[in-house]
Amino acid sequence: MRFLLQRVAFYLFTAWAAITLNFFIPRMVPGDPVQSLISRNQGRISADAIESLRVLFGLDKNQNVWEQYVDYWNQLLHGDLGLSFTFFPAPVSTVIGDSLPWTVGLVGITTIISFFLGTALGVGAGWRRGSWVDGLLPATTFLSSIPYFWLGLVAIALFAGPGSFFPSSGGYEPGLVPAFDQYFIPSAIQHSILPAATILVSSMSGWILSMRNMMVTVSSEDYITVAHAKGLSERRVALSYAARNALLPNVSGFALSLGFIVGGTLLVEIVFSYPGLGYQLFQAVGAKDYPLMQGIFLIITISVLVANLLADVAYLLLDPRTRKS
Amino acid sequence: MRDPVLEIRGLRVDYGLGDAAVHAVRDVDLTLHRGEVLGLAGESGSGKSTLAYGLTRLLPPPGVISGGEVVYHPVDGPPVDVLSLSPARLRAFRWADTSIVFQGAMNSLNPVHRISTQLLDVIKAHEPRSAAAARLARARDLLRLVGISADRLESYPHQLSGGMRQRVMIAMALALEPQVVIMDEPTTALDVVMQRQILGQLAELRQRLGFAVLFITHDLSLLVEFSDRIAIMYGGRIVEEAPAADLYRRALHPYTDGLLHSFPALRGARRELTGIPGSPPDLRAMPTGCAFHPRCPRAFTPCDTDVPPLGRPADAPGRDVACWLHPVAEPVPR
Repeated sequence: MRFLLQRVAFYLFTAWAAITLNFFIPRMVPGDPVQSLISRNQGRISADAIESLRVLFGLDKNQNVWEQYVDYWNQLLHGDLGLSFTFFPAPVSTVIGDSLPWTVGLVGITTIISFFLGTALGVGAGWRRGSWVDGLLPATTFLSSIPYFWLGLVAIALFAGPGSFFPSSGGYEPGLVPAFDQYFIPSAIQHSILPAATILVSSMSGWILSMRNMMVTVSSEDYITVAHAKGLSERRVALSYAARNALLPNVSGFALSLGFIVGGTLLVEIVFSYPGLGYQLFQAVGAKDYPLMQGIFLIITISVLVANLLADVAYLLLDPRTRKS
Repeated sequence: MRDPVLEIRGLRVDYGLGDAAVHAVRDVDLTLHRGEVLGLAGESGSGKSTLAYGLTRLLPPPGVISGGEVVYHPVDGPPVDVLSLSPARLRAFRWADTSIVFQGAMNSLNPVHRISTQLLDVIKAHEPRSAAAARLARARDLLRLVGISADRLESYPHQLSGGMRQRVMIAMALALEPQVVIMDEPTTALDVVMQRQILGQLAELRQRLGFAVLFITHDLSLLVEFSDRIAIMYGGRIVEEAPAADLYRRALHPYTDGLLHSFPALRGARRELTGIPGSPPDLRAMPTGCAFHPRCPRAFTPCDTDVPPLGRPADAPGRDVACWLHPVAEPVPR
C-alpha cells in the first residue's frame, strides 16, 4: 500500500511537471493566435474585430508569466481548456470530447485484441518451438517493421476505391447523425475495418515475439521441470506454470501501450482521415491552434501517466515478489 | 528386503544424435531395492544427474535415451517398463510412483504461486476425485511432516528461506507416498547445518514411510553416513557398487579411493587429503579402455585398451567393481 502511495505521489509530480511544460512551450513559439486568425482570413478582418479577438483570447491583459500560469491552473481545474481557433468558437473540451471516443474506440479495441491474440499466439509458439506458429515469426516480424501509415496507404491503394466495400476515409457515412442506431453503427464499423486491420497487423507481432521469447526463457526454469515431473497435464504446465510467469513483462507492456492509445496512432488517423484525436492534433498543429494542441497534449500526458500507474498495479497483483510485506 | 523396486538395465543416454552424439550415460545397470537408500556419487559431468533425468524421461532436448530399460515394480501388479509408457500413463506414473527432489532448491518452486497451490495441484492431478478439504488437510500434514508450520501454506516461495523451500520440496515429493524418491543433490545449495538437519529428517521419514531413495551427490562423505549402498559413477559408467560401510573401509576402484581421500573425516585420526590429479574426462573424446586410466595412479597394461566390465571380483564378495586390478569372477547377472 505504501508502495502504491509513493507511486501515486510520483505520478502527481510528473503530471505537474508535464502540465507546466505544456503551459510554457506554446508561449515560446513565435506568433500569436490572433496573428494566425488574421492570416487565415487574409486581411478581411477589421481593426475593431482584431481588438475584440485580442480581448477574447485574453491577450490584452499584459499579465506577467506568473499571473498567466496561475490563471492557467485555475481554468484547468475548472475543466476549461480555452477556445479552439480552428473550430472557433467551440471550446477545446468539446472538440476533444467529440473526437476522443473515436480514437478510444478504434485504437483501444485494436490494442486489446492485438494484445490478447498476440500473447495467445506467443504462448503457442514458445511452448511448441518449431511448430507452424513459430514458422510465422519471420513474417510477423517483417510486418511489424513496416510503419503503420505506410501499411495504411497500401491498404487504401489495394482495398479502397470507387465501388469498394471499404471506405478510404472518415469515421462514418457522411450525412448520418452519430447515434447508437441501426444506420450509424454498421457504418462506423465498416469505416473502422481497414484502419483497425492496419494497426492489428503491425502491432500484434510485437506481442507474439515478446511472449514467445519469454515462454522459451521460462520453459528452461527448474520449476517447469518440476511441474513436468509432478505429472501435471501438459496444459496445466503450459498455462499455469510457463505462461503465467512469462506473462509478467507483457502485461506491463500492455498497460503502457494503453497510454499510447490516445496519441500513439496519429499517422493512421491522418492516412484514413479518421475523426479521432490524432487527426485533430494534426489539424491543430497545421492551424497553430495552441489551445487545442495544449488540450490534446494534456489528455495524452494524463493517459500515459494513468497507464503507468496501471502497469505498476498490474505488476503488484501478478508478481507476489514485488509486494513488500 | 532384497526386493527390487526400480531396475535400470543397460541404460544409455546421449546428448545429440548420430555421430555428433555425446554419450553421457553408458550401459548403466543399477537396482534400487524397496526401502533402501542407494547413493550415487561422482564428479561433475559423470552422468549422475543425466541418469536421474533419463530414468524419469525428463531429459531436456537434445538428450535422448538410446537404449536400455527401466523397470518399475509396483507394490501390487506387474512390473512396468517406464521407457515405453504412453504419455498419459507416464504422467500418472510420475510423482505418484517416483518423485524427484531437484538440485536447485531455490528455483524448484514457481515464484508466483503460493505453496498451497503447488502442493495441492499435484494431489489434484493424480487424485482428481478427492475432496478439496481432504487435499488441504493432506497438504497441512505434509508441511508438518517436514517441520514447517501449516500456516506457511499461504506463503509465497520468496517468503521462505532456502532450507524451508527445500523441505517444502521434500514434503511435495512425499505427497503421493511414492515408492521411489530420487534426490538430485538436494542439499547442495544449503549450508552444512541445514544439510544435516534435512538429512536427519529425511532418514526419519524414510523409516516411517518406507520409500526407497536414490540419492545423487558429489559429496561422498554424506553418502557414507546416510546410505545403505553406494554406487560410484565415472565417465557415464558405474565403476563401483558396494554397501556403504564396505566401500568406506576398503575402496576397490582407485577412483573411489581418490574420492574417499578428498574429504576430511569428522571423527578419527587425521589423515592426508590427496584428491585426484587431472580433470574429468571430456565426454566427446573419451579415453580408450578404462575411462579413468589417464588419471589412475595404478594403471597397467590392459587399462588403456580394454573396458573393464562391472562385476563381482574374486577377492571381495558381495560387491561390484569395474577395474582390472580386481578381475571379475562372475559377471553381474542381468
